[in-house]
Amino acid sequence: MKECPKLVELGRRQFLGRGALAAAGAAAVTAVPSGAARAALPAARVDYPTSRLANIKDLKVNEPMPIHYPDMDSPGVLVKLGARVPGGAGPDGDLVAYSTLCPHKGYPLAYDAKDRTLNCPGHFSRFDCEKEGQQVWGHATQNLPMFRLTVDAKGDISAVGADELIYGRTRNVLQG
Amino acid sequence: MTYKRGIDQLPIPPKDARVQNVVCDFCIVGCGYKAISWPIDRQGGARPDQNVFGEDLAQQQGAESASWYSPSMYNVVSQNGKLVHLVIKPDKACEVNGGLSSVRGGRMGETRVSEQTGTMQARLGHPMVWRYSQMMPTSWEDSLALVADVTRRVIEEMGEDGVIVSAFDHGGAAGGYENTWGTGKLYFDAMKVKNIRIHNRPAYNSEVHASRDMGVGELNNCYEDAELADTIFVVGANPLENQTNYFLAHWVPNLRGDTLDKKRQLLAGEAHAAGRIIIVDPRRTVSVNACETVADRNNVLHLAINPGTDLVLLNALLTEVVARGWHAKDFIAQHTKGFDEAATANKVSIDDAASITGLPAADIRKAAQWIAEPKADGKRRRTMMAYEKGLIWGNDNYRTNAAMVNLALATHSIGREGTGCVRLGGHQEGYVRPSDAHVGRPAAYVDQLLIGGQGGVHHIWAVDHFKSTLNAEEFRRVYRRRTNMVKEAMDSVPYGDRAAQLEQIVAAIKRGGLFSVVVDILPTQIGEAAHVWLPAATAGEMNLTSMNGERRLRLTERYMDPPGEAMPDALIAARLGNAMEESFRRAGNETYAAQFKGKFGWKTEEDAFMDGYNQNAEGGRFVTYERLRAMGTNGVHEPVVGFENGRLIGTKRLYTDGKFKTDDGRAKFMKTEWRGLEVAGRAQQKEKYAFLINNGRNNLVWQNAFYDVHTPFVRERMPIAPIEMNPGDMAKLGLAAGDLVEVYNDVGSTQAMVYPTPTAKPGQAFMLFIAPTGQVGNVISKGTNEFMIPNYKNVWANIRRIGHTPGAEGMSFKSIEYPKDL
Ligand code: SF4
Ligand code: FES
Repeated sequence: MKECPKLVELGRRQFLGRGALAAAGAAAVTAVPSGAARAALPAARVDYPTSRLANIKDLKVNEPMPIHYPDMDSPGVLVKLGARVPGGAGPDGDLVAYSTLCPHKGYPLAYDAKDRTLNCPGHFSRFDCEKEGQQVWGHATQNLPMFRLTVDAKGDISAVGADELIYGRTRNVLQG
Repeated sequence: MTYKRGIDQLPIPPKDARVQNVVCDFCIVGCGYKAISWPIDRQGGARPDQNVFGEDLAQQQGAESASWYSPSMYNVVSQNGKLVHLVIKPDKACEVNGGLSSVRGGRMGETRVSEQTGTMQARLGHPMVWRYSQMMPTSWEDSLALVADVTRRVIEEMGEDGVIVSAFDHGGAAGGYENTWGTGKLYFDAMKVKNIRIHNRPAYNSEVHASRDMGVGELNNCYEDAELADTIFVVGANPLENQTNYFLAHWVPNLRGDTLDKKRQLLAGEAHAAGRIIIVDPRRTVSVNACETVADRNNVLHLAINPGTDLVLLNALLTEVVARGWHAKDFIAQHTKGFDEAATANKVSIDDAASITGLPAADIRKAAQWIAEPKADGKRRRTMMAYEKGLIWGNDNYRTNAAMVNLALATHSIGREGTGCVRLGGHQEGYVRPSDAHVGRPAAYVDQLLIGGQGGVHHIWAVDHFKSTLNAEEFRRVYRRRTNMVKEAMDSVPYGDRAAQLEQIVAAIKRGGLFSVVVDILPTQIGEAAHVWLPAATAGEMNLTSMNGERRLRLTERYMDPPGEAMPDALIAARLGNAMEESFRRAGNETYAAQFKGKFGWKTEEDAFMDGYNQNAEGGRFVTYERLRAMGTNGVHEPVVGFENGRLIGTKRLYTDGKFKTDDGRAKFMKTEWRGLEVAGRAQQKEKYAFLINNGRNNLVWQNAFYDVHTPFVRERMPIAPIEMNPGDMAKLGLAAGDLVEVYNDVGSTQAMVYPTPTAKPGQAFMLFIAPTGQVGNVISKGTNEFMIPNYKNVWANIRRIGHTPGAEGMSFKSIEYPKDL
């Protein structure tokens, strides 16, 4: 198994987070000032499930496979791009997975194989699948959530995290 | 590497969180938002009874959810001295945007100042003055006394013409009725300053003089008219990127046919169909593409006109409409004057127009049909006519504006449902000031005065000429030289010796120096040359009223504290007025001191509102903060005409009775003969240089990027002003995506980042306007029209490679067009 160093780095950045994360934790800790530093970090990070999505053999280059992650209510796509890209996973560094809920208002994104973008019929936003979901043009105030992937020795591809807030959730992993 | 915030959960507002009205800080549309705040040490929960939305947040929310907020909408801020969580999210109940946010307004949360999350830490929190060779923090008393003393000395030496002012005149953040009144009372009442300019142009003038001269105020319809129109005729505007949610929430539904029921209900007794649209723009914008995506292909007509020839097209349309007998004869006879003279003078054949505009004659005829041919049932067509900077800042502003209004009057496209002849607007509006009659017309060309060595003190309110003027290179060069003379003089004596400081400053001014004072929320480029910075509060840090592009008046409530000691501009103006009074009194000039006396006692922005809007605006006497608060984000259309049953009563459309704003109530037609490229030298420039450097805004960047330069999400896509170029042109010049190019002509040079754009016509580039890293103003010559309105648009230059943009490797350069065949 080979993990993309960029994703590892991204994961670390996320963990350390900035103010908003600390603030989310602050609610639980303000009564215990001496424990603030200790208590803030666990609340600052969502624990993600590991979900097997597919085996590399199931994928054809540039043909998106519908997936769901971290649960059935959160649709996405898994694509083998055929060439190494930033944030790509797998032996060829070309596997990417994205949420397909548009981070503007939650319309379903459609894949355009011609230029490898995800496109929103809602209000015309476009996201580049070869650039970690960068919004090419649009109304979303964030780039597209990318699902972090691992690939094991057998070629099984699993999703293990997400790098932005998924549309329609206040927490990427829902809790009741 | 693509920017990710690394946030995967957000705090939840509790059931009793505070909810306040907000109107977006930014564009003319004025979308409704809510500021939701709650104490830092509390949080809500996922269950419906635990959060302010009453929503089960343990479930995935559906599309267009009223209960979702993105990380960019969240922050931690100070509210009355206490830390709170803050969410600023679009308001689904607002008729303007129906819950939509744009990529600009949706970032209000993260563009607030926060010491906790580190956002907008560049905000000015304390007055700063030039001392000991750098900008140093100081008190309000010290800074205002310095400004007042220098201003007094300049007036003593040069009269009030020595005081040069640059000031916003708009609504929204960095404007609003409170602040335009505050600055207006200072400069137009206590003083009579005539060397004053507006934020985006070098003089104090209307951008739509002609429309007003014809008796037609430029914001005369309401947004619902875009839903009711049979045809929308739009010239020189790109509404998807510049009036985003107006376009998405009101134009698109009409083009899709989704407003047919509403049309049948509100306008019974006539034939209805899905809306058609005609877009006049040399460039294929994303607006054109979006229209083609949502409408029947046969209902969209893009007239990709030769740059600068709109006037000819408009005259040809008038000629054709009249030739076909489609004009509104009764309306013209009863409510207008000058029709026959104008129709005769402006006559141009379709073939001549086709050859000048470069448009097929058939398309011009088709446009005339879509605008004015009676409907299938013989009823008069309802056409909404809209224009913005392509016309306003294009060739021959005054006549072209008039030609647009001629066409609207001839077809009775003003004052009926589904019509209107309107500018689309940039900022919101919020103008109430004492009379500006003393400024005169044409007004002084302020930037040329400054370049010419005139004036002794320059007061700058939220304007950054270094980014947003024309002939910008020369302006910067001279401005730096003049202000630097004063800096050196100030450095020659100790700061604490005010008398010696003043003596040095005045002596430097007499040698051609200039003392510069900036009032702003953030450091500016012109501020680098200034001697005093005064920190202003923005919307939400103060209560602020404005109206949008359909004259919808609302109050943004104060939901957080300004940074440090920053204050609303209105109160800064008041304190400066008081300091001036004090300075003149100390100097023994009681007469002049009396000009300020008793005028600036306001303690709050509400005081300024009551003194200004309530006392001076049309219908203002009905309006108070309390009443506006109750009207929420839907507010009321100006002019307000009454207050009944706890609600303000407004005016949805103007001129429904056919009475216009002229002495006799008749709208005036105008003669608008074509005279080619009006600004001297542009026709020669066109012959000499290879590229049209068209320019304007894009979706992502607000105004001159004052917030966006501090926002990684935007900076990543716009590190340098992008320039859209045809790939064939790029190949000829050996350019790759992301290359850094120099744009140069006989006026100056600037830089830009190449963005390959397959839909760009060969020889026609489009560059982001007033960007901090690549000012297109450097290559725009100083020429204006007869009323000092610049032609920013029709500019020609050459392009050459000077390198590659740092960071461009991480950028996507794919087409910005939605693939409509998907
Ligand atoms: S469309 Fe204009 S007013 Fe509305 S959210 Fe965007 S910038 Fe703000
Ligand atoms: S929901 Fe995708 S662009 Fe609006």
